[in-house]
Amino acid sequence: MSPLRRKRLAKIGLLLAGVALAVGLMIMAFQQNMMFFFSTTEVVAGKAPLERDFRVGGMVVEQSVERDPNSLLVQFTLTDYQTLLQVEYSGILPDLFREGQGIVAKGRLNEQGVFVATEVLAKHDENYMPPEVAQSLKPQESAN
Amino acid sequence: MNPILKWCYQLAVPHILYPRIQAWLPWVALVTFSLLALGLYLGLAVAPADYQQGEAFRIIYVHVPAAWLSMAVYVAMALMALSVLVWRIQVAELALVASAPIGAAFTLIALITGAIWGKPMWGAWWVWDARLTSELILLFIYIGIFVLYDAIEDKRQAGKAVSLMTLVGLVNIPIIHYSVTWWNTLHQPPSLSKFDTPSIHIDMLIPLLIMLLAFKLLYLLMLMLRMRLSLIERQPQAAWVKALIKPATTGDKP
Repeated sequence: MSPLRRKRLAKIGLLLAGVALAVGLMIMAFQQNMMFFFSTTEVVAGKAPLERDFRVGGMVVEQSVERDPNSLLVQFTLTDYQTLLQVEYSGILPDLFREGQGIVAKGRLNEQGVFVATEVLAKHDENYMPPEVAQSLKPQESAN
Repeated sequence: MNPILKWCYQLAVPHILYPRIQAWLPWVALVTFSLLALGLYLGLAVAPADYQQGEAFRIIYVHVPAAWLSMAVYVAMALMALSVLVWRIQVAELALVASAPIGAAFTLIALITGAIWGKPMWGAWWVWDARLTSELILLFIYIGIFVLYDAIEDKRQAGKAVSLMTLVGLVNIPIIHYSVTWWNTLHQPPSLSKFDTPSIHIDMLIPLLIMLLAFKLLYLLMLMLRMRLSLIERQPQAAWVKALIKPATTGDKP
């Protein structure tokens, strides 16, 4: 490689390193804002803001969903497998919402420490399989 | 010189590249459309429905290949930008500019198919999580690249400017890829990049792999079509272009 080309290559390398460093520092500074939601442990530990809306994500605990027969009110418990958080929501739930499913809820905590959600989104996992396979996996999981 | 290396070097010479594109075009087109047809048939008609999402999961056969390609095209463009800035290869500059609208189109396809899937599955067309936002930024970078090239009159200067912009924008690519692992996002983590523990059933995986390959070839095909034109547009007075046009015009007049 000729000296001129080597010099150009070195300049470009320097440029890329500089840009990567700048963006890396920016992302670290915004780390908190890059998170789409808080985990239930973070919320229970008081790391989530109290004065404004935030999102909390976790799994819907099995057999915790209670629907009010006279309204759209739903109550369920959310977990990250360490702590539990009671959630209350009034509205239409997405198709994928079910017990054992990961969801993200937006809203704020009330005085009783119950999370009052104004929006519930289902979080899909990365697993794709036909229904028969899902069926055959179930007994194994409960056996473990 | 090593014959393979020599063959590669010759791709940078317009009057050698042009007849090669002409010769390859029908074959690339044939393979691309065969694979697209096969992948779509297997994906939309043969693959089983998902246990949770039902038939709606089938959008994966367009969404994932388009999203992969939106990043792959960008990495290819960054390599072209490097050859422009260090080796001053003019053909690389033409290929870079020809690739930008293609990349933008696939980014848009990934965003739109994602939104269509997101509404019934998540319950929202769009959320400002790290994956979706960084992919949207990629679209703006692509648009910026070809708008910048159009805005500068002197095309040699324009080529250098867009090459520099392409390399600066490269920082976004690892952010898109790792956004789902670095931060909490609504978008799911990757299903494909861990082959040891299969996250996607084999009957669903094979059509997806075919579609991934077909989309890569589709990019190659579009790039060849665009390059054929821009090679002539850049040097309309070159001897090889005149030689190319001559037999056609004399052939029209008997």
